[in-house]
Amino acid sequence: MPRPTPFHSRTSALCESHSWQEWSGYLSANMYELEHTHEYYAIRTACGLFDLSPLYKYHIHGRDAERLLNRVVTRDVSKCAVGQVFYTPWCDDDGKVIDDGTLARLGPNHFRLTAAEPTFHWLEQNAVGLDVQVEDVSEAVAALSLQGPTSRAILNALAAEPITDLRYFRLTQTALAGIPVTVSRTGYTGDLGYEVWAAPQDAERLWDALMEAGQAFRLRAMGYQAMDMTRIEAGLLLINVDFYSASKTSFAIQKSTPYELGLGWTVKLDKAPFNGQRALQREHAQGAAWATVGLEVSLPALEAIYRSFGMPLYMPAHAWSAAVPVYAAGKQIGKATSGTWSPILKKSIAIARLHPQFAQPGAKVQIEVTVEAYRRQAEATVVKMPFFDPPRKRQ
Amino acid sequence: MPTHYDAIIIGGGHNGLTAAAYLAKAGKKVLVLERRHILGGAAVTEEIYPGFKFSVCSYVVSLLRPEIIRELELAKHGLHIIPLDCSYMPMENGDYFAMWPDAASTRAEIRRHSLRDADIYPEFANLMYHMGFAVKPILNTVPPDPLAPGLDGARALLDLVKHFGAFDRKMFAYFTKLMTMSAADFLEEWFETDILKSAFSVSSIIGTMLGPLSPGTAYVLLHHYMGELDGAFTAWGFQKGGTGAVSEAIASAARSFGAETRCNAPVAQVILKNGQAVGVALEDGTELYAQKIISGCDPYLTFLKFIGEKHLPSEFAQAIRNFKFRGSSGKVNLALDGLPHFTSLPHPGLLQGVIDIAPSLNFLEQAYDDAKYGDFSRRPLLDCIIPSVIDPSMAPPGKHVMSLFVQYAPYKLNGGWNDQQREAFGDACINTLAEFAPNIKDLILHRQVLSPWDLEQQFGLTEGNIFHGELTLDQLFFLRPAPGWANYRTPIRNYYQCGSGTHPGGGITGGPGRLAAFEILKDWKM
Repeated sequence: MPRPTPFHSRTSALCESHSWQEWSGYLSANMYELEHTHEYYAIRTACGLFDLSPLYKYHIHGRDAERLLNRVVTRDVSKCAVGQVFYTPWCDDDGKVIDDGTLARLGPNHFRLTAAEPTFHWLEQNAVGLDVQVEDVSEAVAALSLQGPTSRAILNALAAEPITDLRYFRLTQTALAGIPVTVSRTGYTGDLGYEVWAAPQDAERLWDALMEAGQAFRLRAMGYQAMDMTRIEAGLLLINVDFYSASKTSFAIQKSTPYELGLGWTVKLDKAPFNGQRALQREHAQGAAWATVGLEVSLPALEAIYRSFGMPLYMPAHAWSAAVPVYAAGKQIGKATSGTWSPILKKSIAIARLHPQFAQPGAKVQIEVTVEAYRRQAEATVVKMPFFDPPRKRQ
Repeated sequence: MPTHYDAIIIGGGHNGLTAAAYLAKAGKKVLVLERRHILGGAAVTEEIYPGFKFSVCSYVVSLLRPEIIRELELAKHGLHIIPLDCSYMPMENGDYFAMWPDAASTRAEIRRHSLRDADIYPEFANLMYHMGFAVKPILNTVPPDPLAPGLDGARALLDLVKHFGAFDRKMFAYFTKLMTMSAADFLEEWFETDILKSAFSVSSIIGTMLGPLSPGTAYVLLHHYMGELDGAFTAWGFQKGGTGAVSEAIASAARSFGAETRCNAPVAQVILKNGQAVGVALEDGTELYAQKIISGCDPYLTFLKFIGEKHLPSEFAQAIRNFKFRGSSGKVNLALDGLPHFTSLPHPGLLQGVIDIAPSLNFLEQAYDDAKYGDFSRRPLLDCIIPSVIDPSMAPPGKHVMSLFVQYAPYKLNGGWNDQQREAFGDACINTLAEFAPNIKDLILHRQVLSPWDLEQQFGLTEGNIFHGELTLDQLFFLRPAPGWANYRTPIRNYYQCGSGTHPGGGITGGPGRLAAFEILKDWKM
């Protein structure tokens, strides 16, 4: 039986499509209308509102809070200032990624970690001998995501103090329509956006306040399908699609290191000992077996394939997540794990994992395309990600 | 009636029937001889009480080899297994523990008991999944004689080494632990909640005269995790119409290849000529001949009854005498006038799955203590299903059948088994069930109780051991049933063994029957 999030009374009332998916035992709307198109455009032209509550959330506090987190995650937590948020993966002893999430420093010895998968046990296990408390606040914190160019204006209409000066990946404690919240300038869309963290008992009032203030700014409730397209445009990885948790599989082929995922920038190799450090040092010296890159699929190539069947180009309006092979020089060199037509870029894009020698930006590869059950290959160009990176994201 | 066959199989249990099917498929003229009026051995459905079908002994299926299902086209012959995708365990304090069909609900349920265990459980499930995948090849491997493997044996050993070589260090360590530890110790490394450890320990003591704290039970746990349903590893189900329909499907497949089956045909002896098996003599004196005689019965019957010690090498006879049977299980089958009401049941849907009366590890170990000293458990482990909840063919409308598998009931009971003790044992089972479902006694229209002695007398299971011999490490793989004789052959030329007393052991697997048939066919080519 699925459980309702704190916003369920509001999201279910709006979900005309009755299309939900299961997310960590909760119901998450795929789209609110019968088509997700309006929701996608809301993110890129106005603002979308997304229920983030099913994320796993943990509070870590105590004298050794920073020590614990530095042992667990790959980033250097000592560089995370109070009021700052880090995106980071964390690894097992072999340097394989278990999960990724955001780490927010709420106070000198007080952090909030979000995760896609349950992580309490892992944190506790690593905390042995440390002066720290780990608290599972997954159900004690309701969360929303506001993403899009008018998101700032909407929050400013409700906030106790303007959040105009809130920098990218920083957070502040404030109140929206009198409701105490934490607002972090974070998100999963690669756009100007914020995540709002509140008490579950305030959830419905918060939603109502945002929807009311958002009317003037064309705020829309958005579901997973729209979010998925934007996160691919942003070059952001999704667990169980672009990579698997190393603790949920025992097969080597399904495990990945941060370097293989293009997350080498999150790995501070020479900080104090952390999980996976030795393995990652070795890999960094030898070079990773895979590189994660973006692909732009050639539209003329796709059109030619369709034309050979007497058909016009067909571009599905939503993202795909069934992996397809990628070839070069006549052999398979990797796979594309998710992709989408990007309406804002007018491009067909994909996130791919390739042998490093074929992963230079500008390199030409072949991506498998199936038309009427016939397998074909279309030319694609390797590009750096993100695909979409508007200045407003950081301004 | 013909008297000469290519192969005669003694015992119409599922392994004998499987061997018959494969031999017949290969063109051999096969006869299966069954003592009882019905085929299936311990996998039978009988209408003990009018209108109610009982899976009299075996009640669930998971270990049936997918190769057999495919190669014998069993689905065409009536194999229809319905998943048991949830479980419910009432606790003594009025609480319960359940496993739900979906992962999210199961997580929420485990979380209700412990956040740590809720986080750890998917890793445990993933490990057992991997183990199921990892040991699969062993199930289909004729055990090589490690001291004299021969070409085939060497190949088999090499394949196994390669397969296990693909294990990473962690997996190999877990495999070794599963092969050696007690279930309780193994589970202790994972979980903190007693009811979880108890729940997972249940399958570690099924059919085994060991308690969850006894080393070697982690293997039995693994054995029960090796099952799969339609490729979903570790899943269990029950056969529509009762377990007998599984045997019927295999028999139907065998007949479709030309095999003949005869019931009410108890074999008394194997006929030996110049030390070779040439035929069988039935109890009524009828003699039937075949090039090859195969026994699907357990090693005691196979060797000490049908052949006799004086025709066997003395060390081999000794090994068979030492083969541990020591039945520890009983069965209670109930015809019910309605559904039992479990006081802590949160949702009626859970009655579609397995109901375990195993409220704590201590409960299980204490049940074993009783048996250790020669008594049946005063408060036994009950592994129950109510198949009529899903399968309307099992009972009249509104009524139900309930199958209770029981640990422990020692074969060597203090004072011996008799009608009185059987009823007292049945009472102990019902009284224990009534602690959690108080209305059960009012619902019972009919009760059938089988002690290990009944299992031996009625179903040919020596000492009532449901696996044809304990599944302890010292009696597995190349040691089953005796060193040097784990490849389905016997010291008697043209006499073979194909029952659960051979690899891969007990449960409804068909594995012994299939592997034996292939080995026999090899001998035929020579």
